[in-house]
Amino acid sequence: MSSEDFEPEIIAFLCNWCSYAGADLAGVSREQYPPNALNIKVMCSSRVSPEHVFESFHEGADAVLISGCHPGDCHYIDGNYKTMRKAELMKKMLDDFGINPQRLRLEWVSSAEGGKFAKVMEEFTEEIKELGPLDLNGTSLEGENDE
Amino acid sequence: MKKMKKDVLVIGGGITGVQSALDLADKGYEVVIVDKKPSIGGNMVKLDKTFPTDDCSICISAPKMVETSRHENIELLTYSEVEDMSGSVGGFNVDVWRRTKYVDPSECTGCGDCADSCPVEVPNEFDEELSTRKAIYVEYPQSVPLTYTIDYENCVGCGACERVCDAESIHFLERSEQIKLNVGSIIIATGFEMMEPDEWREEYGYDQYDDVVTALEYERLLSSSGPTEGNILKPSDGKAPEKVAWIQCVGSRCKQKGMPYCSRVCCMYATKEASITKGDDPDIEPYVHYMDLRAYGKDFQQYYEKAQEKGVKYRRGRPSRVYKTEDDKLAVEYEDTEKGEVKTNKVDMVVLSSAIVPSKGNEKLAEILGIEVDEHGFFESKDILTAPMESTRDGIYLAGCSQSPKDIPDSVAQASGAAAKALQPLKGRKRKGKPEKPEERDITEEEPRIGVFICHCGKNIANYLDVEKVMESIKDIPEVRYVSDPTFACSEDAQAEFKDAVEEHRLNRFVVAACSPRTHAELFKDTLEEIGLNRYLLEMANIRNQCSWVHSDDPEKATEKAKRLTKMAVSKAKRLAALKEHEIEVGDKTVIIGGGPAGMQTALSMADAGQEVTLIERDDKLGGKLNRLNTLFPSDIDAGELARNMSHRIEDQDNITVKTSTEVQEVEGYVGNYELTLSDGEVIESDTIVLTTGFKEIDPDDFYNYEGDDRIMTQMELDEALEKDSLEDPENVVFINCVGSMEEERPWCCRVGCGNSLKNAKAIKERYPDSNVYILYKDMRVFGKNEEEYYADVQEQNGVIFLRYSTEDKPQVSEKGDKIHIKVHDNLLDDDVEIDSDYLVLAMQLEGDPSASELQKMLKLSSNPSGFFMEAHAKLRPLEFPSEGVYLAGGAHYPKNIADTLSQADGAASKAEVPMMRGYTKSVGMIAAIDDDRCSGCKMCISVCPYGAIDFNEEDEVAEITDVLCKGCGSCASVCPSNAITQKGFDDDQISAMIRSALTDEVV
Repeated sequence: MSSEDFEPEIIAFLCNWCSYAGADLAGVSREQYPPNALNIKVMCSSRVSPEHVFESFHEGADAVLISGCHPGDCHYIDGNYKTMRKAELMKKMLDDFGINPQRLRLEWVSSAEGGKFAKVMEEFTEEIKELGPLDLNGTSLEGENDE
Repeated sequence: MKKMKKDVLVIGGGITGVQSALDLADKGYEVVIVDKKPSIGGNMVKLDKTFPTDDCSICISAPKMVETSRHENIELLTYSEVEDMSGSVGGFNVDVWRRTKYVDPSECTGCGDCADSCPVEVPNEFDEELSTRKAIYVEYPQSVPLTYTIDYENCVGCGACERVCDAESIHFLERSEQIKLNVGSIIIATGFEMMEPDEWREEYGYDQYDDVVTALEYERLLSSSGPTEGNILKPSDGKAPEKVAWIQCVGSRCKQKGMPYCSRVCCMYATKEASITKGDDPDIEPYVHYMDLRAYGKDFQQYYEKAQEKGVKYRRGRPSRVYKTEDDKLAVEYEDTEKGEVKTNKVDMVVLSSAIVPSKGNEKLAEILGIEVDEHGFFESKDILTAPMESTRDGIYLAGCSQSPKDIPDSVAQASGAAAKALQPLKGRKRKGKPEKPEERDITEEEPRIGVFICHCGKNIANYLDVEKVMESIKDIPEVRYVSDPTFACSEDAQAEFKDAVEEHRLNRFVVAACSPRTHAELFKDTLEEIGLNRYLLEMANIRNQCSWVHSDDPEKATEKAKRLTKMAVSKAKRLAALKEHEIEVGDKTVIIGGGPAGMQTALSMADAGQEVTLIERDDKLGGKLNRLNTLFPSDIDAGELARNMSHRIEDQDNITVKTSTEVQEVEGYVGNYELTLSDGEVIESDTIVLTTGFKEIDPDDFYNYEGDDRIMTQMELDEALEKDSLEDPENVVFINCVGSMEEERPWCCRVGCGNSLKNAKAIKERYPDSNVYILYKDMRVFGKNEEEYYADVQEQNGVIFLRYSTEDKPQVSEKGDKIHIKVHDNLLDDDVEIDSDYLVLAMQLEGDPSASELQKMLKLSSNPSGFFMEAHAKLRPLEFPSEGVYLAGGAHYPKNIADTLSQADGAASKAEVPMMRGYTKSVGMIAAIDDDRCSGCKMCISVCPYGAIDFNEEDEVAEITDVLCKGCGSCASVCPSNAITQKGFDDDQISAMIRSALTDEVV
């Protein structure tokens, strides 16, 4: 598949207070961006656990985005700092699994940053298009999860 | 003409008015907010970020505004003004004129089609006229209410908007109307305006040059939703500047050319703007031209230091003019007072930090209400120090910048404080209780039967994606029993359809694929509740804001995405369960720890509102630092007299128990259930706790030969000496400010030291007119109402001599005969000055009281390295902690003068009274739950919970959640290695189902 035909599947976890609101504002401002990501709202980015990320890859996602409030802005005091640490670990684990850690992206998008949300979507989609589809063969997430 | 009987009228819907209204409404009082703009939000929503935390301003204010608009006890009258008033405290009759918006708020969906069709472009006031808007408009995307407004002055009457409005919400014949209000008390929160720079400072070229802008204009340039989408571009040519200079005190601190007062916020917002500029574009060189850098608040000094590290350059000296050079630059001409040279700074853009001035309507409003304004136009307080929030008329209270310039946390503290005051005339009024809810149908045994509504949103969804195909894609899912595609899912008709569908198909869960749950979920949840279903049995798919609007150029793909988003929502809906909002009772007992002015005022305020107060003080009498201080800055009133007066009022109150010579040894429990063990062995129960533990001077022993020399004293010791009149007729007295402050070890500014030195220097000069008094300072940080004026007086009238030193070159103190020899390098004269002094007074750095660290552990709170408690939010929740039930005020938060302390004390009282007067508090529905059988007792969850809501049950060796303390962030659920924790409404099964539905063809 050439990179032009390839439309990556992206799962985007957005926190309710900042990034989901930023995505809403992108709409209000009629920003245009590629429709590749499907958003899942969580109250705080710190709710996203490694299982959600790995399950996404296992079920066919080519990439995963986690987006929360800017450091210091978290509605739940410091949830985004926890997300930051978890994301680092998840990237290391992805690397160990044989999956390019670039396929997991952590972003801070505030509720005033509709433009930034659109830009992130655009950039990330492009980046994953260049990486090509995720092939689970040879990775530790290969095959059916028989547990 | 319409009539309304309410409890409280709040004039002004900025962050201050909103906070006052919420405090009162939460207690069951009915509040009406009148705002002259089409939307509430005031000035705060225009800001990009807020200092010193760089919080996104709209992000933190929008949830408060939405809460306000949805509050059952708050009525919003926007686009309205107060016209007339009669009556008196307890029964004010107020006439309000509500201008028509020509748009029916109950029909307008906020889609914006009307504005797109409008041919008229006018300057956009919200963007400080740096962009344009249409004649039918909302002020900003997050406006509350989100109703479009036709601006009559600019409308050409073409009717285009009416033709495109699918909701038929535009009515050209709708009239403005008069509303007659009857209220018991009034809070004024009319905020501020910024001085037009050319009014007083035409030499800075604001009218002449496009690239000279005001600070508020610059905020809009920084804002990602502003005219340049957050790119810093020169208005003249749209190019990025290389150098930007801020000019401070434009119209402030100058009797001749503006206002004599300090505007209190400009040093910090300029620092913020410059520092964000540098962060956004490292190629830009920011300069701040200032006189004294007043970084006086909590964490302000550290923020200022950081800005310098980032590359913001500070130049001391008030610029004399700005002019255009031959090479088309803007030259800022100034005298560098640290070097004594006249210089020019050639830049590309100049930002004017113009003075905070009273709202233009203040004088007229004062006349209508029969109250006074001061010589500038701010509303006059009954007493600036002891009654800052009381106007000159009973029953009318002041908050925020209507009273004097102040920053956001000081404004919201006053907002709560004024709310506490506004209760007084309402005694005996019946408050609104818990709203009655229809009985809820138990669905636990029912199979999921889902109703799906796919909204057209007029054309906003239907024009860009194929609604029919979306319906088609989910209609065969077995659990989906009803599918509909209303034109507007939020309309009254559609709500009736929900009800009919439930009756006909016995539905028990709903999916609404429409706009954003952030704006509309509550509406649908209310509908569910009315039908008798639990409000959590709803899932929304955002196919407008996050689909049709952002993929309008590709309908096919938008349709595909909408299908999947809807399928994901259905798969989650299948797994939704009824959730409970846990309630616990909160009674009327409170314990206040610390009997200084903050504790005494909190006690008086709460006792007056009918609470049972226990006030605990470590010393043998109440009064705290007031007992040691001589007078209070800036109005020289007697501190001891204030303490005695307050003590007497406390003695007169039956419902205050004072326990002196007592300390708290142990605290157990949470809101509604505290148990405190005191040092005398007594155990008392309490529903809430207020911490007013104050601050102390740091140990002076290591500074300036203090140890062992009685003539060298701290500021506090000088106050005591002045009180006892024990100074011996001095020839010379030297004050050193900032002792131990703003250095590596203790980087903060103590906030009150400069003011204390001024009032004590003045006291010495008045008592010993022949003495010479010197104040050695770094920056003179006097910032409140009447403080700068006091400073000017001390300079001009009292002849106190001011010498400015730097941290790098501190004064040298030695013995010389029977005098204290002080040598200081004055960096304004650039010369050494030597003084032989009789007394040396050290304005010591201040830190939190040591008792704070004990209480912090007992109550699971946090404090910063300076020993002050960390509040829940630096800007909007200064008097609260993350978990409900504990509050703080005064020096426990940060050192502050009496006016600010008393404002905070009343504010903390108001905050604590919210659950107490309501009688209960409740949790959110989506709290976490622990499965005991799976919990391994590893305590990971305890370490990540920001609210201290999880405890360890030693007996069973499992973690336990206190439901009412959980705020539902889900952090614990994601770290539990045993999968023992579930976040309700966001559990693993639900999230996993959404993932699988998104990525596979199956419907899980």
